[in-house]
Amino acid sequence: MEKRDFLKSNIQTPESRRAKLDQRVRRAFWLFSGIPLILALLILVALWLKSQPILLTHPITKLLFGSAWKPQRGEFGFLPFISGTIWVTLVALVIAVPICVLTAIYLSEYASGRLQRLVKPLLDLLAAIPSVVYGVWGVLAIVPWVQNSIAPLLSQWSYIFPILTKTNPTGYSVLAGGIVLAVMVAPFIVAIAYEVLQTVPFGLRQASLALGATRWQTVKYAVLPKAATGIFASIILGCSRALGETMAVLMVVGNVPQIPRSIFDAAYPLPALIANNYGEMMSIPLYDAALMSASLILLIMVLGLNIFSMLALRHVLRERV
Amino acid sequence: MKWKWQYLEEKFIQFLMLISFGLILASLLAILFTILSKGLPSLTWAMVSQTPKGGFYLGKEGGILNAIIGSLYLALGGTLIALLFAFPLALLLNVYLSKTVWADWVRFSLDILWGIPSIVYGAFGFTIMIFLGWRASLLGGILTLALLEFPIMTRAMDEVIRRVPPDLSRAAYALGSTDLETAFFVVTRQILPGVATAVLLAFGRGIGDAASVLFTAGYTDRIPDSLFSPAASLPLAVFFQLGTPFPEVQQRAYSAALILTVIVLGVSLLSRWLSHFLDRYSIQ
Amino acid sequence: MSEISPHIETQNLCAYYGSTQALEDVSIIIPRNQITMIIGPSGCGKTTLLKCLNRFIELEENARVEGKVLIDGENIYSPYVEVTEVRKKSGLLAQRPYPLPMSIFDNVAYGMRIHRLRPRHEIEQAVRHYLQVAGLWEEVKDRLHAPASQLSIGQQQRLCLARGLAVQPEIILGDEPTSALDPISARHIEKRLVELKERYTIVLVSHILRQARRLADYVIFMYMGKVIEAGIAQQVLSAPQHEKTQAYISGEF
Ligand SMILES: Nc1ncnc2c1ncn2[C@@H]1O[C@H](COP(=O)(O)OP(=O)(O)OP(=O)(O)O)[C@@H](O)[C@H]1O
Ligand SMILES: [Mg+2]
Repeated sequence: MEKRDFLKSNIQTPESRRAKLDQRVRRAFWLFSGIPLILALLILVALWLKSQPILLTHPITKLLFGSAWKPQRGEFGFLPFISGTIWVTLVALVIAVPICVLTAIYLSEYASGRLQRLVKPLLDLLAAIPSVVYGVWGVLAIVPWVQNSIAPLLSQWSYIFPILTKTNPTGYSVLAGGIVLAVMVAPFIVAIAYEVLQTVPFGLRQASLALGATRWQTVKYAVLPKAATGIFASIILGCSRALGETMAVLMVVGNVPQIPRSIFDAAYPLPALIANNYGEMMSIPLYDAALMSASLILLIMVLGLNIFSMLALRHVLRERV
Repeated sequence: MKWKWQYLEEKFIQFLMLISFGLILASLLAILFTILSKGLPSLTWAMVSQTPKGGFYLGKEGGILNAIIGSLYLALGGTLIALLFAFPLALLLNVYLSKTVWADWVRFSLDILWGIPSIVYGAFGFTIMIFLGWRASLLGGILTLALLEFPIMTRAMDEVIRRVPPDLSRAAYALGSTDLETAFFVVTRQILPGVATAVLLAFGRGIGDAASVLFTAGYTDRIPDSLFSPAASLPLAVFFQLGTPFPEVQQRAYSAALILTVIVLGVSLLSRWLSHFLDRYSIQ
Repeated sequence: MSEISPHIETQNLCAYYGSTQALEDVSIIIPRNQITMIIGPSGCGKTTLLKCLNRFIELEENARVEGKVLIDGENIYSPYVEVTEVRKKSGLLAQRPYPLPMSIFDNVAYGMRIHRLRPRHEIEQAVRHYLQVAGLWEEVKDRLHAPASQLSIGQQQRLCLARGLAVQPEIILGDEPTSALDPISARHIEKRLVELKERYTIVLVSHILRQARRLADYVIFMYMGKVIEAGIAQQVLSAPQHEKTQAYISGEF
């Protein structure tokens, strides 16, 4: 009996100390692991509080749907900026989605394993390029291209599609912003869509191919229906990236506070509004509150899309992990 | 018989796919080509070794050393602080919470944070700084970048740690280690290359980000000498110089963009090389 | 032996995955309207051989095939042959059933639609016919438009059979088609296959010797990528000539 006690006390003391440390860290970690959630809420609350002055003095409908932007006179209508954001994002998606989905299908269903392994780092590279660099590229290559080639070409059709009317002598336009954004979100969409396609079981493709279906028929009828939710989510995720992108777009869209009517119009998206004006003009009353509520609007748009797509993707990609 | 409709469709769609794929590759090449061809001619030793002299923004003497150093300070500081939070969070998330509902929530909120645009981080950081009575400063920029990098780094590490074979930690448990010991002594060694990859990924994101440091770090021609002095950064150097009407200054914007691109791509390649090690040593 | 009429014939067939050779100089005959079973220990190349018969081997990243596979005397690896036509000639039963992501009805109609085998108004009739042949009709006739994934695994495998038959193949290939199924569903499939051999040439891979005894008319025994012995089932299974076959059949592997 004594001997056993002796052993126990000798061995268990350090052991229980270790176990206690483990317990203590475990308990502390519960708090620690709350940081991300708290941080997300904090950002939301901070922006909300800071935009209170303007939210309290201006009706929300007037802020969201008013098109007059005259800070000096206390008129803050965000519609030009919101519509600018939406225009640029939509143009980017119209360009990027078909290209990205086709590329993802190509990589997943047609390309050899070697090519797939080769392309992944290239996509990472494209995703790693900083947004100002995209902006420089946009200014140097895309804006002149839009001005000199695309606008003259497409504006011939403006009598059928008013959206193509050339209104702007420069290339700084919704279209230029859309093209630059399309290139920026492409690696995201391709990478996620590719991953989603890879979760479709190989046996399903075989089942279709065994019936003598061509590869494309197999993709169309067997693979895509399975992957549709995930691919859609990847597009939404790309869309939310596009919404929040600041510098590159700011550098090429022209920044004129107007509601664009044509893809060759200049636009002024929300992030550009914030970036261009924050820190200055603090003397104008309510201006900083207005910019904060612009951030809040942007954040809510992005969060909405993100939460939607993440919930969808979670479901799709879970089986893989 | 041979040329059925479906073969035609197949060929056509393959053609479209190749074009799409080609377009994506071509845009990558176009960007690199533009930045190289415009940036190289005006890239001089003075550019990277001097701070702006008088009349720099009119096209006179000087370089962007202030921005290079400022960016390195900002990104290094931000990465370091983010790492302090990201590493324990990612590690213990897997050790203590591995598959609980709360862990799902933590990951979910990290993903949410990842998706928040950097301009919003900038606005948020600036608000907090005003609240604390700070001016645009190196520290402000560092903290904002840390916020921006934290979710990226944590999620990237999390993905790596999740791939650690459970056998390994089980072996450690069998030897009587506690969860904490297993995490720090066994799992950590296994995932070191992966952690480095995640850190580099976040660093690359941080050094290239302009919108978040725009108001928080400010801009100055001097190399910052304290945490409370403003700091220049490469992305903003590009942005501001491009915005001037003088071609000489715009030229410098191009070469600043080139320098930034080289740094970021270098970091990206380095992390790729490291993740190569990860694949080699982890049991698939 | 002389009354055997060959439907499929392989000549000096070799298959490689990268640098490892999975099939070595396989020359066999598969008789028409009989059940041929490929048996042998794990990893001996049974699946590979089966995959060579409908050019599925080409789906493997690094696989390479040499030699000929003749179906009705025509080499399916000839450059003038369209791969979809080859695959249409044989229905495949995989180890695990994979219903396509569509309704039960559409699963069966799929092959007819992509090959435009029948005018639209006949499809309904045909779907019913093939579901009956596969022995599934009674169980699904009230929910033809439900997603196929709702069926049980055994039902799914019969659905796959119906789906394969609907493209009017001449051959049915099965790679251990019953191994994922419960015994009753397995018997169900076996029964169908026996009925079907009147009209189809059936090639099955099996692990189970008893199944081979029950079903096979003709047996091919493989070992390490080579065909060791092939012949009438009774002969091979009860009086094997080769010592490897004897060892396998007496359960030594
Ligand atoms: N995709 C592949 N890549 C490389 N080697 C392969 C591949 N598929 C099969 N092999 C190899 O080829 C050989 C034959 O494989 P196969 O699948 O044909 O065997 P099997 O007889 O069907 O085995 P089992 O009874 O276990 O299904 C094996 O040695 C296997 O390791
Ligand atoms: Mg097999």
